[in-house]
Amino acid sequence: MTIALSVNGRSVETEADPSTPLIDVLRNHLDLRGTRYGCGLEQCGSCMVIIDGKADYACSREIGSVAGRSVTTIEGLADGEALHPLQVAFLEEQAGQCGYCLSGILMSAKALLDRNPSPSRADIIAALDGNLCRCGAHPRILRAVEKAATAMREGVVA
Amino acid sequence: MSDTLPLSIVTNRRLEKWLRFDPDRTLHLAVGKVEIGQGVLIALSQIAAEELDVDIGRVNILAGDTADAPDEGSTSSSQSIEVSGRSVRLVSAELRSRVLTRLAQRLNCSPDELTVEDGSFLLQSQPTGHDYWSFVSDADYAADITGTVLPKAPSAYKVVGQPVPRKDLIAKVSGAAFIHDIVRPDMLHARMLRQPSRDAQLVALDEAAIRRAAKSDIRIVRLENFVAFVGSDETAVQRAAVAALAHAKWEGSRVLTPAHGEAAWYVDQPADDRLIGDPPAETPGEVVSAVYSRPFVAHAAMAPSCGLAEFRDGRMEVWSHTQGVYPLRNSIADILGLSREAVIVRHAHGAGCYGHNGADDAALDAAVIAQQLPDHCIRVQWRREEEFGFEPVSTAHRTRVAAVLDAAGRPVDWTTEVWAGSHVQRPIYGGLFLAQEALPNKPPPAKPGDPPEANGGGGTRNGTPLYDFPAKRIVHHLALRTPVRTSSLRGLGALPNVFAMECFMDELAERAGMDPVAYRLSMLTDPRARYLIENVAARCGWASRWAVGTGRGLGLAWARYKNKAAYACVAVELEVDQEVRLKRVWTCADAGLVINPDGAKNQLAGGIIHAASMTLKEQVTLDGAGITSLDWASYPIMTFSEVPEISTEIVHAPDLPTLGMGECTFGPTAAAIGNAIYHALGVRVRDMPLTRERIAQVLAKV
Ligand code: FES
Ligand code: FES
Repeated sequence: MTIALSVNGRSVETEADPSTPLIDVLRNHLDLRGTRYGCGLEQCGSCMVIIDGKADYACSREIGSVAGRSVTTIEGLADGEALHPLQVAFLEEQAGQCGYCLSGILMSAKALLDRNPSPSRADIIAALDGNLCRCGAHPRILRAVEKAATAMREGVVA
Repeated sequence: MSDTLPLSIVTNRRLEKWLRFDPDRTLHLAVGKVEIGQGVLIALSQIAAEELDVDIGRVNILAGDTADAPDEGSTSSSQSIEVSGRSVRLVSAELRSRVLTRLAQRLNCSPDELTVEDGSFLLQSQPTGHDYWSFVSDADYAADITGTVLPKAPSAYKVVGQPVPRKDLIAKVSGAAFIHDIVRPDMLHARMLRQPSRDAQLVALDEAAIRRAAKSDIRIVRLENFVAFVGSDETAVQRAAVAALAHAKWEGSRVLTPAHGEAAWYVDQPADDRLIGDPPAETPGEVVSAVYSRPFVAHAAMAPSCGLAEFRDGRMEVWSHTQGVYPLRNSIADILGLSREAVIVRHAHGAGCYGHNGADDAALDAAVIAQQLPDHCIRVQWRREEEFGFEPVSTAHRTRVAAVLDAAGRPVDWTTEVWAGSHVQRPIYGGLFLAQEALPNKPPPAKPGDPPEANGGGGTRNGTPLYDFPAKRIVHHLALRTPVRTSSLRGLGALPNVFAMECFMDELAERAGMDPVAYRLSMLTDPRARYLIENVAARCGWASRWAVGTGRGLGLAWARYKNKAAYACVAVELEVDQEVRLKRVWTCADAGLVINPDGAKNQLAGGIIHAASMTLKEQVTLDGAGITSLDWASYPIMTFSEVPEISTEIVHAPDLPTLGMGECTFGPTAAAIGNAIYHALGVRVRDMPLTRERIAQVLAKV
């Protein structure tokens, strides 16, 4: 059985068993290895992707349940060579240590900024509370998301 | 700086092991230390760029590779910049000097007239037409490194001391970047069925049921109690491994109870006892003491451990997020009966690593399977429950502090007494890999040890107070067995010991009727320590600290990591209602010459959050056959909504030797939290984690 969906704006098809976790399809069938496995239990957020505009766990979503949906992964964040303002801000703030948590955090943050371009610090914290970071990079990550939000708003005005 | 050569150079005397100018006008720098998530590689690159006067953008660094990079042992204990940084500095200065000396001969001038600008050579500020890439030749590499060329004076630094961004983060915010993401030809995925404990025997395995659960073709590799599920489909091997838990029957597994998970369990255990410091004395005066403890805690890396191995033509190539590629290579060769030359270990990035976690075990898992299934790349990834259940954890640790007080309430005699299991069971300290104990002919159990005092000790780390007490000693009871495998985690015994000692200092200050900061300063002559305490006290508003028992607390503590690395003082402001809520944290650190101040601040803050998480929330629980805290729900760590504001400052001391700073905020944070909770509530909670339940228990007793 073929399952069709859109990943990072491209239509893709997979023959994977419908019960296959989305993360396995992304990583092993579509070679998009920026979506990271942490727990498989919806507890850490390392695997976060955006499904139809909402941040969701790729480790627990079965591929069958995303047929016909639109999935965005970390690889779809930049616009070609141009990094997304979130990526720019994370690099400027050096917001991360090992960086393992970052692709999931960036996807949670993107889902937030797409629906709320002027989030308060509390909004950002709420949006990221499903994402763990073992290295304690939280303060920089929060600053980077605020910075990206500002940059994106100013970009729209300009 | 000491005039002995760093060990890294003594064991790697050839320049070409370290530095090479590549035709694309880059500088190739190879080091034995590896990136474990704290930005050490950019700092080492800065040092090379500085000494050679090459733009930092031209430095390509290769880290941790037994085929192509020098042997520098393991990356741990804040040693990377202290040791490897010194080596890179000396080696770079020597290469520059050799090249410029030769050029001076060619140009018939004095080397002093030559300068270097981004790799190009100038004579009295005029271009010579020569640069490293056109001029460096084999002659410059002919002699062994002497380590005698004087590096630049810190006052001349242009790149060292600057907040240069890391290069590796770009990949990490864009896509594939980790060992988990490596794809090799003929790659097969593997998952393990773990032997519950050393003596457990696998008496039945329903392979048919496991194959059914996998839903597609898998191979089962079984060597006595070592079992792996291998196949081209990662989803299938994962299903097999999950199903196998219910289809394997083990006998002889160890039996634990929750009591094994408490630090107090160690008190009755057989131990190696020793005394460090002043002999016991019958000092007259009032004797006071208190007991503090920390439970077993986990590294709890964000990513499960992973290892890749290929066995082709008798040669084993391994990729690992290990802290030490050479020690791992030696172990793998010895265990698999291969020569060391036949094994190559290459480092690849893993999730933040704060000690000896499952990385080496996963690498050996992969190598064992690869030997059975040659000509494939075997990629082992642990399951989350396996990571929590089988990584070596940090031992529970009990610290009793006792002081004999003079009439003014100041200690004249101090004893730190420690009961703990081994804080380091890396294979180089005689520890065993999981797979070794599952394979036929398992070696005898490891004899527990701890690092020697010269390396900072393990259970004794930071146990000697740096206050001017007339007599001080440590009594160490190193337990001969641990209920589960233990090994190194960030700072070893430093966090539980500093927690105990710096909380006890607050207790003693209160007895003496003194302010805790004034009390500390009255017994502390080290000017670097005094400066930090005064700096943090001023920044956190210590002078207007309010009365005890308002529900809001401000606490402070300091330490010098290992009593010889970086100093840090930390103050914490918190509130206690239902839970402890950290509001603000201030820190000031002194690490001598800081190579990359932005990276250093990142580490200081990271250490504070990690320590706060450990102090307030973390506990590995034991029961049945082993560890029962197997996921993030049963082993919670600090989240975004719990993280405080953090203000960091670093002392500018470019003329003092660099001191490792990865762990310096760790112990002080734990103690500052303990002291702030006392300030908020008026009760002393001495057993970590300082959870709501623990606090309620203590409150119920008063
Ligand atoms: S891997 Fe999906 S939440 Fe942890
Ligand atoms: S940077 Fe390491 S887990 Fe977040």
